[in-house]
Formats: sequence, structure tokens, C-alpha cells
Amino acid sequence: MKNIWTIASKEIRDGSRNRWVIMVTLIMAGLALILALLGSAPTGTTSINPLAVTVVSLSSLSIFFIPLIALLLSYDSIVGEAERGTLLLLLAYPVSRWQVIVGKFCGHLVLLAFAILIGYGTAGLVISQTGDAYLTSTTLNSFARLLGSSVLLGAIFLALGYLVSASVAERGTAAALAIGVWLLFVLIYDLGMLAVLAADGGQTINEQVLTWILLANPTDAYRMFNLTGDQQTALLSGMAGLSARLQVPEFALSALLIGWVLVPLMAASLVFRRRQL
Amino acid sequence: MTRQPFIKLSGVTKAYGAENAVCGVDLELSHGHCHALVGHNGAGKSTLLKMILGLVSASSGRVQVFGLEPEDRAFVNARRRIGFLPEQVAFQGAMTGLETLKFYARLNGSSGENLDALFELVELGDAAKKRVGTYSKGMRQRLGLAQALIGKPDLLILDEPTSGLDPASRQNVYRIIDTVKANGAAVLISSHALGELDNRVDEVTILDHGRVAASGTIPALRKDAGLASQIRIRANDKQMPRLAKHLAGEFDRSRFLNGTAILDYRENEKMQLLEKLMTLGVTFDNIDITEPSLEDVFAAFTKRGVGP
Repeated sequence: MKNIWTIASKEIRDGSRNRWVIMVTLIMAGLALILALLGSAPTGTTSINPLAVTVVSLSSLSIFFIPLIALLLSYDSIVGEAERGTLLLLLAYPVSRWQVIVGKFCGHLVLLAFAILIGYGTAGLVISQTGDAYLTSTTLNSFARLLGSSVLLGAIFLALGYLVSASVAERGTAAALAIGVWLLFVLIYDLGMLAVLAADGGQTINEQVLTWILLANPTDAYRMFNLTGDQQTALLSGMAGLSARLQVPEFALSALLIGWVLVPLMAASLVFRRRQL
Repeated sequence: MTRQPFIKLSGVTKAYGAENAVCGVDLELSHGHCHALVGHNGAGKSTLLKMILGLVSASSGRVQVFGLEPEDRAFVNARRRIGFLPEQVAFQGAMTGLETLKFYARLNGSSGENLDALFELVELGDAAKKRVGTYSKGMRQRLGLAQALIGKPDLLILDEPTSGLDPASRQNVYRIIDTVKANGAAVLISSHALGELDNRVDEVTILDHGRVAASGTIPALRKDAGLASQIRIRANDKQMPRLAKHLAGEFDRSRFLNGTAILDYRENEKMQLLEKLMTLGVTFDNIDITEPSLEDVFAAFTKRGVGP
């Protein structure tokens, strides 16, 4: 435990010292505020809660942005240290390789969580103070779910980043693979799914299969978790139809997201254990 | 009771594909001893050190450090007793020297109390609170050495500890090694400069293409190399023809160069040869004895290839 904390706190210090956290937090807060303020304007005095609109737009932002930041943080963490020569020394100390992975993960997750909570939290706070927003427990709950699941989404891509970083021998390869992972889960997967659905024309892919296909992509699982949980957000995001028919219990979605963190993290530890220095 | 060796390698081999980086190496190192691994770049020194640290697994043979094998769960306890300086030591540039040492002290489970003394020892006292990014190569190397000394290790493994250091700092490294040895620790260092190690290490193992080309004390290696030494004799113009006559008749390995007589001899012939020269009845102006340098000894073993 002590080793994990030592490594995690070093990552946190490195991250805060190179102003990484401040930059990302500011970008997050800036984007979130723009989205929140512009996005909530058209609702005017309708029954739609501006905070609910914010949740919808922020989750779309998160799907693009958070995986990118998480991968940027993690893709270099093993292979970069190996190239710079710091890894050899670190592993000569009485620390296990899985402790290195978990320690880095904890440190990076704290940095990422800080940026998300402060960035998005600021936006939420501003919206709730604009007057139009009436804070119901449902909208607050949606917002809290957004924050929590965004951190989880970050954790997933951190873990995928370590897997990439532990598997390759050069930083350049790791960067290329990380971009590949991002493109696959954020863009290509959904496009591919659309293409398959269009080609199939509803012949073989029924709703059940579609649900499973969606769940196989963590960003889609994240989207479902945030946009189908509450009626208002589901309506706004155009996922009302889906949310009414998809019967994936909330705990199953959470478990799935957590699984998406743990499995790549364990795989990264295993790959790292076999890595020759 | 005989003490268990700190390091015991038996027939250790590491293969990368069809290539053997290290092949059938035996080595033992006990407390209070300093052993040097010498070889060209790519001779297998670093790989061997990594195997001792459990960072690279041996393809065959047995590695034991403090009686533990790298596969053992308890090997982590062996690591706690080892200080290691890698060949190209690198640190996070944004951290200060002191923060760096504190980080490693925590990982090592040591209290980190004597860090100031370590900075003084490696002559970095003024730079402890400066960012490592501002350090010169030599300073980073010295910080690396300080790092290896955290927690008073029983076994110090130094991969090219003097590379990038100026002569004064090199001296200091060997002074530190002597102190560590005197406190009962064992030191294993790798180097490609055999000459630098004279009078500073107890034993040397010369590696060539992953194999042990020779092993022993430096005087023993000098002898085993069987290299010719030279006696250079100068005499005045009157004496020289007499000397030439004697030499031509009685010494088969002699020649003249720029008015100097040169005799090649093997180490075991030295005394006999000198006695004989004294009985010639020739007055010499000067006699120089040139022994092969350690670089020559090293070259002799590595050129010869495998096996002593």
C-alpha cells in the first residue's frame, strides 16, 4: 500500500508541477461553461431544466474529451519511463510491477478527477445560479451521475493507456496506438455500427443484440448510463426511445464500466510483468 | 561457519532469440569484496547486472542473491538490501535532488534521515534543493550514486559508475566504494576501462561476447595473459657494440631501435634475465622496464575469445 501511495503521490506532484492539471481544468471549465450557457439559452422558460440540458451537452463533450486526456496522461507512462531510463531504477527497488501500474493509475486518476470535478462542477454551479434552474433532486442526481461516470470514463481510458504503454517498445508506437484506441471507441465504433445496422435493415440485429453491441464500447455504455437514466435527459438527447426499451439495469451499467477499468488494468499489469527491461 | 555469498551465479545464460547475451557465467561475491565486470559494450555486463537484480530472467542457470532467487516471493527483501546505479541514470527533471532521494528512500522503506550526509558524500551539498533538470551529466551521475547508497545497502551494484565524471569525481567514487567495502558491504561494478580499476578492486571478471574470458585478481590476470614485457637498455657509444654482441649471442628476443636495445621477456623470466644482464660486464646508462598495460591485458583476453 505504501509503495502505491508513494508512486501515486509522485505522479500527482509531477502533474501539478508541470501545470498539466491547471490547464486541463481550465479547458474543461471553459468548454463546460460555454456549453452550459449556450446550451441552456434556448430552453427559455419551458419546463426543461437547464441543468438537464447541461448534462446532455456535457456528456457529449466528455465522450470526446475525457478519453483523449486520459490517454494523453497514460500512453507514455511505462514506455516513456523505459525510454528515459527511469523505469530500470524504479523496478530495482522493492516494488512490484503491479504496484507501479496501480500507483500511477491512482495518481493520474486523482489528477483527472480533480480536473473533471472542478471543471464541470464550476459549470454546474454557474448554471444553478442563473435563476432559471430549479434544482430538483432528479437533476442534481443526473449531474452527480455525470460527474461520477465521467471520472469512471477517464479511469477506463487511463487503464487502456497503460495497456498500450506496457505492450510496446517505443513511445511513438504507443502514441499511434493510443490515437487508434481513441478513434476506435469514440468515432469508428459507432460509425461502423450504423453502417452495419443500415446494411442489415433490421433482419438479424434485434434490440437485444444492439444493446450488447452498444455495451461492448465503454463510451456507448457511458452514454447510456447518463442519457437514459433520467427521463428529461433521455428526451433531450434523443435517446428516449432507446431508454424506454433498453432494459439494462443501472447497477449492471455501473458494473460494466467498472469492469472496463479493471480488465485493462489487470491486463496491463500482466503484460508489464512479462516485459524485459 | 562460512558465510553465504551475497551473489552466487552458476552457469547463468541469457538468450535473446538465437543470440546469447550472456553465456554460462559463474560468479561469487561475498561481503567486504569489490568485484569488477569488464568488457566491451555489448559484452553482456549490463544484462548480467539486470539478471542479478531480477529485472531480466535467466534463460538457464541459477541466480542467487542473499540466498534468494529472483522468482522467489521474498526476493523483494533482497532488493531492499541492494543499492543500484544504472548505466544511464535518469531522473525526473522537475524534482529537486532532495525530493528525488526522498522518493527513493520511501520506496526503499528507509527513514530518509541521512540524506543530507549523502549529498555531502557525493559533493552535491549545494545542489540538493535545485531541480535535477538543471544538473550537469556528472552531477546526475553523482546523484545516482547517492541514490544507490540510500539505506546503507549490503550490496552495491554500479553500472559504469565513473562514466561522465571528471578525474577528481572518479577518485571520489572509488573512495566511496572503499568506505562501503570497509563497512562490510560487497560491491559489484561494471566498467569498460580495466586500467581505471588497478588497485581498486579485489577481483575482475572479463566478459567477452557474453562469456567469461578470464577471472581473478589483476596481478593474476596480468600473469595469465602471458604478455611480453620489455627491457630497454641504453649505453654509451663505446659500450653499445659490446652490448650488441652479447645480446645477439645470448638473447634471442632482442633488437635495436634508435640506439636503444630492446629485450622482450615473459613475466616469469624477468629475474633471471636481469641477473644475466648484470653479469655481462657492460656499463649501462639507463634501464627501463615496461610492463604491459591493463588495457593490453584486457585486449589479450578479449582477442583470444573464449575461455581462460
